[in-house]
Amino acid sequence: MTMIPPRIEEVEASVERRRAERATRARVSAVLAPVAVVIAVLALWEAGTRAFGVPAFLLPPPTDVIAAMVKHAPLLAAGAWVTTVEIVLGFALSIVVGIPLALMIFLWPPFARAVLPLLISSQAMPKVAVAPLLLVWFGFGLMPKVLIAFLIAFFPVVINTAAGLAAIEPEKIFLARSMGFGAMDTFFKIRLPDALPAIFAGLKISITLAVVGAVVGEFVGGDAGLGYLLMVANGSMDTQLLFAGIVWLTILGVALYLLVELAERLAIPRHIISDDRATGGTL
Amino acid sequence: MTALPAAALPPYLHLRDLSKVYASRDGAVRALDQVSLSGRRGDFISIVGPSGCGKSTLLMIAAGLMAPSSGAIAIEGETIAAPRTEIGIVFQSPVLLEWRTALGNVMLQAEAKRLERGSAERRARELLASVGLAGFEGKYPHELSGGMRQRVSLCRALIHDPPQLLMDEPFGALDALTRDQLVLDLQSICHARRMSVLFITHSVPEAVFLSDQVIVMTPRPGRIDRIIDIDLPRPRTLALRETPEFARYSREILDLFLARGVLREH
Repeated sequence: MTMIPPRIEEVEASVERRRAERATRARVSAVLAPVAVVIAVLALWEAGTRAFGVPAFLLPPPTDVIAAMVKHAPLLAAGAWVTTVEIVLGFALSIVVGIPLALMIFLWPPFARAVLPLLISSQAMPKVAVAPLLLVWFGFGLMPKVLIAFLIAFFPVVINTAAGLAAIEPEKIFLARSMGFGAMDTFFKIRLPDALPAIFAGLKISITLAVVGAVVGEFVGGDAGLGYLLMVANGSMDTQLLFAGIVWLTILGVALYLLVELAERLAIPRHIISDDRATGGTL
Repeated sequence: MTALPAAALPPYLHLRDLSKVYASRDGAVRALDQVSLSGRRGDFISIVGPSGCGKSTLLMIAAGLMAPSSGAIAIEGETIAAPRTEIGIVFQSPVLLEWRTALGNVMLQAEAKRLERGSAERRARELLASVGLAGFEGKYPHELSGGMRQRVSLCRALIHDPPQLLMDEPFGALDALTRDQLVLDLQSICHARRMSVLFITHSVPEAVFLSDQVIVMTPRPGRIDRIIDIDLPRPRTLALRETPEFARYSREILDLFLARGVLREH
């Protein structure tokens, strides 16, 4: 008896089948694995705190944290709203100030020479240290928190935008000139879209920093918001509430980040997976 | 010395005593030294020479994208001082916009020239099909192979029916088979349109195969070493490369490179 070698169609079908199975397994485990790890850590935490009788003010078990989240839900939601407004305004200000600033840095070299050293050294200054000053100037309201969020968050927007605009291959600009594009068309059809991935990289860093900035602002002089709530909980040794606040802040941070990522997907319809920027010309 | 008859038209492309010196921190770099050449409409002119002989500089000047340090460039007798937007350019890398499809990249030229959209798009599709990219119009550059990207770049340079094509080592980064195919494609495209081409290359066989005239450059600073008229019948076929006539032209160029120390036989 002789073995008949399988036809190429059969081989292809089995290869395709195996690939589909592998892909399904990968997708499922991509969801299941982190969920399983979180559940395991929470279970261990719960069991550990109960078994060793860890005092709740040091480390409350997760069920207590959840209970606190339910009990203080209206308080937490109100605080989250205040903090969200501060973050979003600080982030928006970062864009409104950062992108024009980057444009000027890119378009006008003398301005870049004058401003860049200041900008970079301003980043060495700890923004938390400025917070009390802003409090003195702007009082306890929304303004100082927005400003601190802005101060922390705007730098990556400026640097990434300016670097992204400058990073274009020179051939693309030669091409635009030889095709007869004017300055406006070259900028909007070629240079700006070319810089979008870099700009969005800056925005994604910026939004996470804006969260930090808003919370720092509330720490220093808040009368509302999640950061303020953390300080209150800390003062009254209500560690359950402290954890509940941290959970809310984390969710808020992730949600805002995902929103920026969504905007990126909309602005760059096709995610640029690979590009051949590395292969330059011989000029 | 023969005087031109008074009625003779000026040459299509005339580069007169071009010199280019780049200022740099390590001192001035002489890229081109008094290079003159002229070509008639429809001529396929190749420039071969070692790296650093100013070939690319010459092309940038011929495109009006770079000003010579001295000398002038004239098209049909008119001196040029601005980018020549009527021509088509192909660089060594395809220089495609990653966020546009193959068709979108070809249409960029049409947008720059404000061509009527419907007919331009029809033409873009025809062009893509003519270089074997039918069915790939909607693909993004990262979904195409290197050869396909360079074909898209060629279509972009052709969609407005330019009188001249400037190409800077367009096939340098491609594999040998793809290269052969693109050389054949280019020959048939140029022949069909009677297009003038200024073609920069490292490859001696490519230059001989495609050209009416091969200009051999010296190493830095770039000077014209010799101008060789290639008198081979067209359309040229791959088999032509094995003929003694073809070999004689290649030999002549290689001998020049050997004499100038560009190549060395141990």
